[in-house]
Amino acid sequence: MKELSRMPELLSPGHRMCPGCGAPILVRLALRAASEHGGVVAGVATGCLEVSTSIFPYTAWRCSFIHNAFENVAATISGVETAYKALKARGKVEGNFKFVAFGGDGGTYDIGLQALSGALERGHDMVYICYDNEAYMNTGIQRSSSTPFAAHTTTCPVGKVRKGKTEFPKDLTGIVAAHRIPYVAQASISHWNDLYRKLQKAFSVEGPAFLNVLTPCTRGWRFPSDETVEMARLAVETCFWPLYEVEDGRWKVTFKPRQKKPLEEWVKRQGRFRHLLQPENRHLLEQAQAEVDKRWEELLARSE
Amino acid sequence: MAERMALTGNEAVAYAMMQINPDVVAAYPITPQTALMQKFADFVADGEVDTQFVLVESEHSAMSAVVGAAAAGARAMTATAANGLALMWEILYIAASTRLPIVMPVVNRALSAPINILCDHSDTMGARDSGWIQLFSENAQEAYDNTIQAVRIAEHRDVLTPVMVTLDGFIISHGLEVVEVLDKEAVQDFVGEYEPAYTLLDPEHPITFGPIDFSDYYMEHKRSQVDGIEAARRVIPEVGREFGKRFGRSYGMIEEHGTDGAEALLVALGSTAGSAKAVVDDMRERGLPVGLVKIRAFRPFPYEELREALGKAKAVAVMDRSISFGAQAGPLALEVRSALYGLSLPVRDYIYGLGGRNITLEEIEDILQEALEMAKTKEAEPLVKYVSVRE
Repeated sequence: MKELSRMPELLSPGHRMCPGCGAPILVRLALRAASEHGGVVAGVATGCLEVSTSIFPYTAWRCSFIHNAFENVAATISGVETAYKALKARGKVEGNFKFVAFGGDGGTYDIGLQALSGALERGHDMVYICYDNEAYMNTGIQRSSSTPFAAHTTTCPVGKVRKGKTEFPKDLTGIVAAHRIPYVAQASISHWNDLYRKLQKAFSVEGPAFLNVLTPCTRGWRFPSDETVEMARLAVETCFWPLYEVEDGRWKVTFKPRQKKPLEEWVKRQGRFRHLLQPENRHLLEQAQAEVDKRWEELLARSE
Repeated sequence: MAERMALTGNEAVAYAMMQINPDVVAAYPITPQTALMQKFADFVADGEVDTQFVLVESEHSAMSAVVGAAAAGARAMTATAANGLALMWEILYIAASTRLPIVMPVVNRALSAPINILCDHSDTMGARDSGWIQLFSENAQEAYDNTIQAVRIAEHRDVLTPVMVTLDGFIISHGLEVVEVLDKEAVQDFVGEYEPAYTLLDPEHPITFGPIDFSDYYMEHKRSQVDGIEAARRVIPEVGREFGKRFGRSYGMIEEHGTDGAEALLVALGSTAGSAKAVVDDMRERGLPVGLVKIRAFRPFPYEELREALGKAKAVAVMDRSISFGAQAGPLALEVRSALYGLSLPVRDYIYGLGGRNITLEEIEDILQEALEMAKTKEAEPLVKYVSVRE
């Protein structure tokens, strides 16, 4: 921790992310891990992180930064990485660079999935990091395919008939692992040591690496802004958000809670799940718990 | 020494790209551009270029990757057609606004629906407001020459604007022509080294590309983008003259053919201009005062050149290979009328050749005969006619 704090800060203070946002915690660690190898170019998909850190004529980025559009950060950074290879071979670029793409769950699970899949398949030497806050937070909390079952969002609100999202979240980390790239991991800002080790691995492998990192959103999840890390921790301890990595096709759980907490302990502290505590909606919470249990057991069975 | 070779338009453009030897090419195949991309792939496979060739999963990613590469200081190219160009739409604007000097051959093809793989100009005409420079080619030679010149135009410090080089699908892309292919060294010397003003890969100077603007800066940025494409009015003919001095074929914004003393003038784009030249020559031999103005640069549009060239005539017929739905005429005729604003010259638009519908020499002659009639009557009604359509 001490060592980390001494490394140069590539995302400067003064940006306009919300107090209590989980994303900058991740971004600052990721840029540190990348800068261990030299220069860094960060690509950022349209979203909270992008709009809050690059308001012209200011920028919070002390490394090179490129924002292109919403769905194409993987393709964009793959172009930057390709240019680096070309210019390096022609002796026009000096020094070493690492390339990292940041996309939210909207830009990664949904609209950017095709570009991500293409870039992973092509084998670019890049790290893609999804900062997953489980909805389109930038535009005011709309449902994404990462939004948990039964959660309230502005496009799947809790009403008289419907009680939040009716589907379970997409297993994006599994989808990425199916690309058989050198390194895939799921991590959380609450477990910074685990996260930093995974970031270091991701930036060390040759070829594409992917991290899916839970970054709670105080506005969208509805919890006090000083409980961000706690919200991430509970997601891990309830096994809603397991920490694991996939290296060369081998799956490994990197954190097993001594005692798996009931999902309710995480759910009850967030406004987006408030309706689940009412007796008439208990069955939804039970369904959500059953799905978490099933996915956790599947992961354990797959893990070495 | 330059060499005369039998090449299709696609092959000619692939040769130009090989001789330019860009740092990065990212592309996705689509008919009728596929053969161009395949030929370039052959050059890569045979080591004729050391370009990094990225085989992306869509045109959207092709343009996105090329934007990333250009921002990183690479000379970057792609190529597409029709629906592929439409899929790039969002990023076309971003490439132009970010002032990245990308060069992209576009093999003109009709947009769906109904799906159709043959030529018209609906694809590039739809992109006419995206901020790109658009150069049209009459034949494979021009497609080759334009691709080489496009690099210089795009990268000119006063321009820094991406360039589309268009060639008519199948008519040019798949037609075999004799093309004079220049020496690779001569092309390399003509295009020179690309020296980017800003790059993501300067370790001493990190840079932020693609920031968010609000109402306090957006308008100034858009206004300064206009300066870039306006500077191209000067740079396109400059580069065309230099190309002519070195290689014997000069280029400007427009090309006039038989306009001296002409009473009726035809305005056309692309391969149709070649057919129209033959028709004009034939009618001139018969003593009919007709001529042709070929538009080479559609963006920036050559208003002054056109006003000068058309202003001396008594009637103008325009040939549009696409429709601007709900407008008073096709895209080309709208621009021509705008160029002639204030002059009392009858202008009629002829919409033709959609989805690859053939245009014959006889049909072009009919249009010119009608234009001669317009010159007498001063009557342009109907303002739009559809050529060879069953109604």
